[in-house]
Amino acid sequence: MGDYILLAVGAILVNNILLIQYLGNCPFLGTSKSMDNATGMAMAVVFVLALAGIVTWIMEAVFLKPLGLEYIRTIVFIVVIAALVQFVEIFMKKSMPALYAGLGIFLPLITTNCAVMGVCLINIKEEYNFLEMLVSSLAYPAGFGLALILFAGLRERIIIGRVPGPLQDVSIALVTAGFMSLSFLGFKGMI
Amino acid sequence: MIEALLLMMGLGAVAGTLLGIASKVFYVWEDPRIALVADCLAGANCGGCGYTGCGACAAAIVAGEADVGACIVGGAAAAAKVAAVLGLEAGAAEPLTSENTCTGGFRAPEKFSYMGVNDCRAAYLLYAGAKDCDVGCLGFGSCVKACVFDALKIGPDGYPVVDEEKCVGCGACEKACPKGIMQVRKPSDRILHMNLVTDRLAPCRQTCPAEVNIPKYINHIKRGEYDKAWLTVMERNPLPLSTGRVCPHPCEDACRRALADDPVSINQLKRFCSDWVMNHGTSLKIPVAPDTGYRVAIVGGGPSGLSAAFYLRRLGHKVKIFEWLPKLGGMIYYGIPQYRLPKEILYKDIDRILGLGGIEVKTGVKFGVDFDLESLVGGGFDAVLMTIGAMNHASARIPDEDKVKGVVPATVFLRRQGLGNPYPVGKKVAVIGGGNVAMDCLRSSVRLGADKVYCLYRREVKDMPANKVEIEACHHEGIEFVTLCTPTRFITDDEGNLTGIEYLKNELGEPDASGRRSPVPIKDSETVIPIDNFILAIGQTTNSAFADEEGTAVSRLETSRGSIVNDTDTHQTAIPYVFTSGDCAGPPGLLVAAVGAGRRAARGIHKYLMGEDMAFPPTRLRVDSRRMKGHIPGTIFDSIEGIQRKGRIEQPELEPGSYERQHTYAEVDLTVTEENALKEANRCMRCCLTCYNKDTS
Repeated sequence: MGDYILLAVGAILVNNILLIQYLGNCPFLGTSKSMDNATGMAMAVVFVLALAGIVTWIMEAVFLKPLGLEYIRTIVFIVVIAALVQFVEIFMKKSMPALYAGLGIFLPLITTNCAVMGVCLINIKEEYNFLEMLVSSLAYPAGFGLALILFAGLRERIIIGRVPGPLQDVSIALVTAGFMSLSFLGFKGMI
Repeated sequence: MIEALLLMMGLGAVAGTLLGIASKVFYVWEDPRIALVADCLAGANCGGCGYTGCGACAAAIVAGEADVGACIVGGAAAAAKVAAVLGLEAGAAEPLTSENTCTGGFRAPEKFSYMGVNDCRAAYLLYAGAKDCDVGCLGFGSCVKACVFDALKIGPDGYPVVDEEKCVGCGACEKACPKGIMQVRKPSDRILHMNLVTDRLAPCRQTCPAEVNIPKYINHIKRGEYDKAWLTVMERNPLPLSTGRVCPHPCEDACRRALADDPVSINQLKRFCSDWVMNHGTSLKIPVAPDTGYRVAIVGGGPSGLSAAFYLRRLGHKVKIFEWLPKLGGMIYYGIPQYRLPKEILYKDIDRILGLGGIEVKTGVKFGVDFDLESLVGGGFDAVLMTIGAMNHASARIPDEDKVKGVVPATVFLRRQGLGNPYPVGKKVAVIGGGNVAMDCLRSSVRLGADKVYCLYRREVKDMPANKVEIEACHHEGIEFVTLCTPTRFITDDEGNLTGIEYLKNELGEPDASGRRSPVPIKDSETVIPIDNFILAIGQTTNSAFADEEGTAVSRLETSRGSIVNDTDTHQTAIPYVFTSGDCAGPPGLLVAAVGAGRRAARGIHKYLMGEDMAFPPTRLRVDSRRMKGHIPGTIFDSIEGIQRKGRIEQPELEPGSYERQHTYAEVDLTVTEENALKEANRCMRCCLTCYNKDTS
């Protein structure tokens, strides 16, 4: 049990996918302008990563490893994740319109998002078993959501602050992201 | 190697099949424009627009939540393509354009010195900006930054200027402006807009009963853009040639420049640009909204009916005008004589209105005789506008005024003149009344060959409601004013022909409701003037006798002293689909008021037909242009500074005493020259609520 908690804390804080591993920066900047968008995006990433983690882990265990095809892992994962997310989106749009309205519109954006891809590859690289993979696939997006929501809160205030002309909008956002990253580096050594 | 290929092919086949089936099984209809718009975007799914992916962004653009320039990666090229897709869908007939409504800029005084970020939204956070004016432009150009088409720039005066060639009406500037100064509107939105207390309105524009944007069109004239000036006028007044000639211009009474020297000669400028367009710009296109499928019947082709027809047509409704006389124009055709408003000029205005297409005209049919409400509804009309005018005359309460030969009401006298069959007058003519109709009768009598023409009025000349210029013109034409008199008796010969009028002299007593002292006849002061004809010009009433008949649909109309009762905002009557405006809806008034009422009625009918809320917003501006009351607080000044004294231009007119002036119906007042018009336009200070251009040169 302790191992799993350690794994989760490590994935959320110490190895934060956004601020330490620098994966998934497009939605980090794109959807952090308002708290609503950021929350929706965080939920979508959790949802997609949980699914993608399971499917890619099974792909790896059932096809790639037994057949010795690890060298095409990246391509296979891209196709699998993309097809999966597209399918889920189409399915949700028809069957769960309420959930789709809250979450679904964020799905296409992260179809082949580097954060999603990255976590799936980490799961394989670290040779997690199924349970560990599940914890990792939930904890990494939780860290993603944490960083994104914190960042959206900051940006909502920055928009109305006194920002010098050349630094407005995305520039100041990047500077802010840098400071956040520095502060997250402080978790290094916790584990 | 083979395994890898097989695996990939298998994966591809499985995924493709699954998605193909899913898209059929779980098909959901969506607006086809979303796909078209999505094709125009960058397709990077980067999220830079703030939406989650290009599909979501396209959906937001089509829904109107995002502007067409939302795609940052695609930039201006993508925005232009999106605008083209949406523009084609929206109907090119109704172009959306952005307009800056503040003309303050550098001239507007500031409350404090702002040293913060050069951004309007940031500046607005601090006490709503540094400008003294609550609704004034802050001038940091947030709108300019928001525009991806390079269609906006901060002009030399410190407020944004729109390049109409480049503007696609995307709405980005409107969203960026914290003060609501940039307004992206369709022509029909502008037609439906009524002056509000929250608008940026110069005193003249607040006062004009038709709400014409006066500073804007004068500024166009100043820049030599006479066609644009005319189009600006046409947004509020479809009869500019006619009003340019006969309007008593209450706007000029409110002109701020009058505090320094003389008011700007606004009406002459309107006449100048309209005449210029009449002579040069016949190909100017007036935008018309796509057809709505509704049909509106207008009963009466007078100025209010014509104005309503014009605006209803521009809002996309089909219109049919029913007129009982042979020609359209109502009182301005049959009431105003040729020497003030030549018929062919009036018809240029009317032809322009009918030239919109989609307006049918049927003349020679009378309401209540040839057709009624039942037949209009049966004929497929969705709403009816009654603009039947005030064609009956009011009584002067002189015994036998209906019987004595030689006594004629002004309405009949002027109408016969308009029909080309003038009422024969003798050598001596008297007219009772002091309004513009009386002046028309007086000056027409001179032209019909009378040697001696008297104007009888119960008060003094200064109390007359007629335009000052008209009274002056009467003096020039040798008309004698007999003031402070009350006619009591007609003197006739044995055959009942009029030979004279006996009157009592008046003295002035206590002021009445209108603020003027009321006349009191003096006993035993009888005086007789020998006359051959007597014209009654003391007011008109509406002939609404058809509403008294029992059992007809129209009997549900309420009338008050002949006028048809309506809601003065929406112009709706007691019958929901019947509206009324102009002289028949209240005390008869000015041409420009009838024109303004026509547009309000068009708005009411449009809102009724489209099922929208008809009531005016509570911020509606209500100005009484006669008593000069109700202006936006703080906009009427006691004095102004920084103005060089320059008198206004003269009204050019036919030489008083000349043959043309006394004996023909040639137009008396002439159009100003281009040189003088430019000179006068440069006198305009382009006022807004509180600031104005100082030291115009």
